[in-house]
Amino acid sequence: MEHYLSLFVRAVFIENLALAFFLGMCTFLAVSQKIKTAFGLGVAVIVVLGISVPVNNLVFHLLLAPGALSWAGFPEADLSFLGFLTYIGVIAALVQILEMTLDKFFPALYNALGIFLPLITVNCAIFGAVAFMVERDYNFTESVVFGVGSGVGWALAITLLAGIREKLKYADIPAGLRGLGSTFLVVGLMGLGFMSFSGVSL
Amino acid sequence: MANAKEIKTVLFGPVFANNPIALQVLGICSALAVTTKMDTALVMCFALTFVVAFSNLFISMLRSHIPSSVRIIVQMTIIASLVIVVDQFLKAFAFDLSKQLSVFVGLIITNCIVMGRAEAYAMKNSPGMSFLDGIGNGLGYSVVLLVVAFIRELGGSGSLFGVQIMPLLSEGGWYQPMGFLLIAPSAFIIIGLFIWVLRAYRPEQVEKA
Repeated sequence: MEHYLSLFVRAVFIENLALAFFLGMCTFLAVSQKIKTAFGLGVAVIVVLGISVPVNNLVFHLLLAPGALSWAGFPEADLSFLGFLTYIGVIAALVQILEMTLDKFFPALYNALGIFLPLITVNCAIFGAVAFMVERDYNFTESVVFGVGSGVGWALAITLLAGIREKLKYADIPAGLRGLGSTFLVVGLMGLGFMSFSGVSL
Repeated sequence: MANAKEIKTVLFGPVFANNPIALQVLGICSALAVTTKMDTALVMCFALTFVVAFSNLFISMLRSHIPSSVRIIVQMTIIASLVIVVDQFLKAFAFDLSKQLSVFVGLIITNCIVMGRAEAYAMKNSPGMSFLDGIGNGLGYSVVLLVVAFIRELGGSGSLFGVQIMPLLSEGGWYQPMGFLLIAPSAFIIIGLFIWVLRAYRPEQVEKA
């Protein structure tokens, strides 16, 4: 239990996908103008990460890893080179299924999250988290904890950034720094702030 | 084939006038994490330029055969296959570098520059021009990446490409390295300042308040 808790805290704060690994930056910068939309996107990312990381974990361990196909009579097969192609396909398919399910059974939720879902397919945070999961060789439970944790960390970061940018609208910023430039500086300072968590361990 | 002037615009436009990172906010996802050292940054630049140029070429060659409803999947498949080629090549011939780049080679698949150029340029233009557009955008990305990596490696560890330029205090030299430049947040701040410089030089890129 303790192991999973510390994995969770590490994924949320210390190894924050957005601020420590620069993942999901395109949407991170583009959709952080308003707290409300930023929060909506954050929740959508948590859901997609929480599903796609464990599913890809199963796909990797049951189909792609060296020797994984021994149940089908191919103990020599090593399909791990097909990894990238498979993960991106699985992510795209999952997002599509999620979108259709939400549309059919939870229309209110679909209206809130729907517009963000297609954006998420090409969000590097999802793919990055899946690639980290494979590289660090997490087992299934760890991958669930890691997926949800890193989603929460990303959502936290984008909501905080949107909060800062809403206030920053009233600031008189030098012309060349307006918009993108100042956002980068703010994200840099937030990253510094998050580094103070690096001593935390449970 | 288009005339020389058009070729020049397509090839060099993205380097400064229309830089994919600074102006279009594309592809910073994987851009910053590999810039603590010049050699990882350089390998990343080659990898991305290769992928974006060839994905543009292939997608442009297939553009009249791709139904628009499934174009994203087709583009993704082409891009992912190219990235697998690059990744296997690096694993075979530069294993140490491929370990240091960790997941970031794979992340070229979701790099918005590659997708963005496929969607915005290669679907509408001839294969030759699309290939050049890919190389141009790869160069624009490389310029930003190499500038950031130059500042971070020189300031952070006093070396370039692993060769010691400024001898460190800890090894009997005179240079006290700035550890700040080696940690993640510094990359954001350097890019922020880079954009400021670029926009001070080209005021037409300034965003409206």
